[in-house]
Amino acid sequence: MNLWQKLASALLAGVLCAAATASWLAPRGYAGQDREAISEPPSRAHWLGTDELGRDRFARVLYGTRISLLLAPAAALLSTLMAAVIGGLAGYLGGTWARMAMAVTDLFLSLPWLFLLITARALMPLNVSPLFSVVVTFLLLGLLGWTTAARVLCASAASLRSADFVRQARAVGVSGQRLFWIHVLPNLKPVLFAQFWISIPVFILSEANLGILGLGVAEPMPSWGSLLKELEGLVSVGEEPWKFVPLALLVLVVMSFQSLLARQEEMTA
Amino acid sequence: MMLKAKLLKARMLKAKIAGHVLTLAATVLLGGLLSAVLVRLAPGFDVDERELDPHLSAQSVQALRAAREQDQNIFRFYLSYMNRVAHGDLGKSFSLGQPVRTLLRDRAPTTLRLLALGLAMAWVAALALALSAAWLKASIFDAASTLLSAALLCLPAAVLALLSVLWNISGSLAIALIVFPRIYRYSRNLLTRSYSLPHIVTARAKGLGEARILLWHAIPGIAPQLLALAGVSVSMAVGAAIPVEALCGLPGVGQLAWQAALGRDLPLLVNITILVTLVTLLANSGADVIGQVFRSQES
Repeated sequence: MNLWQKLASALLAGVLCAAATASWLAPRGYAGQDREAISEPPSRAHWLGTDELGRDRFARVLYGTRISLLLAPAAALLSTLMAAVIGGLAGYLGGTWARMAMAVTDLFLSLPWLFLLITARALMPLNVSPLFSVVVTFLLLGLLGWTTAARVLCASAASLRSADFVRQARAVGVSGQRLFWIHVLPNLKPVLFAQFWISIPVFILSEANLGILGLGVAEPMPSWGSLLKELEGLVSVGEEPWKFVPLALLVLVVMSFQSLLARQEEMTA
Repeated sequence: MMLKAKLLKARMLKAKIAGHVLTLAATVLLGGLLSAVLVRLAPGFDVDERELDPHLSAQSVQALRAAREQDQNIFRFYLSYMNRVAHGDLGKSFSLGQPVRTLLRDRAPTTLRLLALGLAMAWVAALALALSAAWLKASIFDAASTLLSAALLCLPAAVLALLSVLWNISGSLAIALIVFPRIYRYSRNLLTRSYSLPHIVTARAKGLGEARILLWHAIPGIAPQLLALAGVSVSMAVGAAIPVEALCGLPGVGQLAWQAALGRDLPLLVNITILVTLVTLLANSGADVIGQVFRSQES
C-alpha cells in the first residue's frame, strides 16, 4: 500500500466514523430548525452555518454522509450479486443463454445511464415519504447498475467453463447446479470484489446527479445529492465557500475509493 | 485461398451488420411495447373531455366510448400505436400539451449543436494530451493531465453543469469537461501501449518522423478501439446533456427529458428515451462496423 492509499484508507475510516457518530456529534439532528438563525454563516453554534430553513448544515452533512456511504455500498452489493447470477450463469451456460443475456445487457448498456435512471425514477411516485425515496433511489441504482459487471463476469465465467478443474468435476458427475455455486462462483470472487469497489463511487456520483436534478432523496432527509442542490443559487464561489464542504467531501471520498480500487486491481493482478 | 479468406471476411461483416440491424429492430419493437403500455396506463388515458360537451347527443358520446373500447386490448393498442409511430405520430405530451414530435423537432437542434461542440472539444483536448503523454513519457505534463482527468472523474456531471453556470462558461464546454476524462484515460493508455510496440520503437530508432509514425503506424493499430470509444463517447455526451441542459437552462432534448421526469409525463419520457437509445445504438453500431472494416483490411 503506497502513501496515497494509506491516506485514502485513513480518510475513509475518518469519514465513516464521523458519519456513524452523527447522532452524538450533532444531537439536534438533520431536521431540527433554529428559526433565529436562517441562512447564517458558520459560527460556534453552527460550524458550517445554516440553510434557508435554519437547519444546521454540519448535522445535515454528517447525516447525508451516513446515508450516501451506507446505501451506495448496499446498492453496489445488490448490483454485484445480480451481475454474478446473470453474467456468471450466462458465461457458465454459454450458447444461446449467453447470447440472449448479453443481448439484453448490451441493450441496457446502450442506454445512457442518466436517461435510464430518470425514466425508472419517474415511473415511481415522486411525492413519497423521505425514507421511501432513499430506498427507491438506491434500489434503482442497484437494480439498474449490474450490466457492466455482468459483461465482465460473463467473460470470466466463460473462461472458467473450459478450465481443467471444471471439466474434471463434470467428469466425476458433479451436477451443473453444484458446479456453478460451489466451483465456478467462488473462483469469480476477485472479479466480484473489483466490480463491487468500482460500483460504489459510480453510485455515489449517480445519486449526487439525481439529487441535484431533484429526482433523488426527498426532503428533509439529507444526502450528498440533496446537499449539493444548495450550490444552484450561488452567484460566486467566494460568496459562501462553506456550501462547498459537501462537494469537497464527496470528491475526497470518491478519490479515496478510486485510489483503493487501484490497490484492489494490483492485488487481483 | 486469398479469395476464400476475403469471402469469409465479407460474410463476417455482413453477419455483424445483420446483428446490429436486428438489435435496432428489437429495440424499436420492445421500446414500442414499453411505450404503448405506459401510454395506456398513464393517468387520464380513459378520459375524453369531449364527453362533457353538452352539445353532443347520447349517441355521439356512445360512439366516442365505442371508439375508445378498441384501445382496451393492450396488444391491439400496441399495433395501432406502432402504426401511428410508423407514420411519425409519437403521441402528445400531457404535461406540455404539445405533440411529442413537435417538441423533439424544436429542441433537437440545440442538443445536437451542444453535443457536437462538446464532443469535438473533448476529443481534441483528450487526443492532444494523450499524444503528449505518449511522446513525453513520465513528464510533469503527463502527471498534471492525469491528475486533472482524475479530478474531473470525481465530480458529478450535475456539479460540473452548476459550476459552468457559476463561472459563466458555455454548456458545450461543460459537456466537454464531463466526457474528456473518460476519453483521455482510454486513449492515453492505448497510445502509450502503441508507442511501446517493437515496430514503432524500431521505426523511431531508424529516424522516422513523429508525424509519419503517428499517422502510419500508431493510429492505424488502435483505430478500431478509438472508433469504439467514439461510439461510447456519444452515449456519454447524450447522458451528460440532461444535467447540463437542465441546470444551464438550455432548451434541448435533455431538458425536455428532465421536465418530463419531474412532471411524470411518461409517454414523452419513454419516447425520448427510445429515440436516444436508437441514436446511441446507431453510433455504437456504426463505430463497430467501421472498426470491423479496419480490422479486416489490416489482416
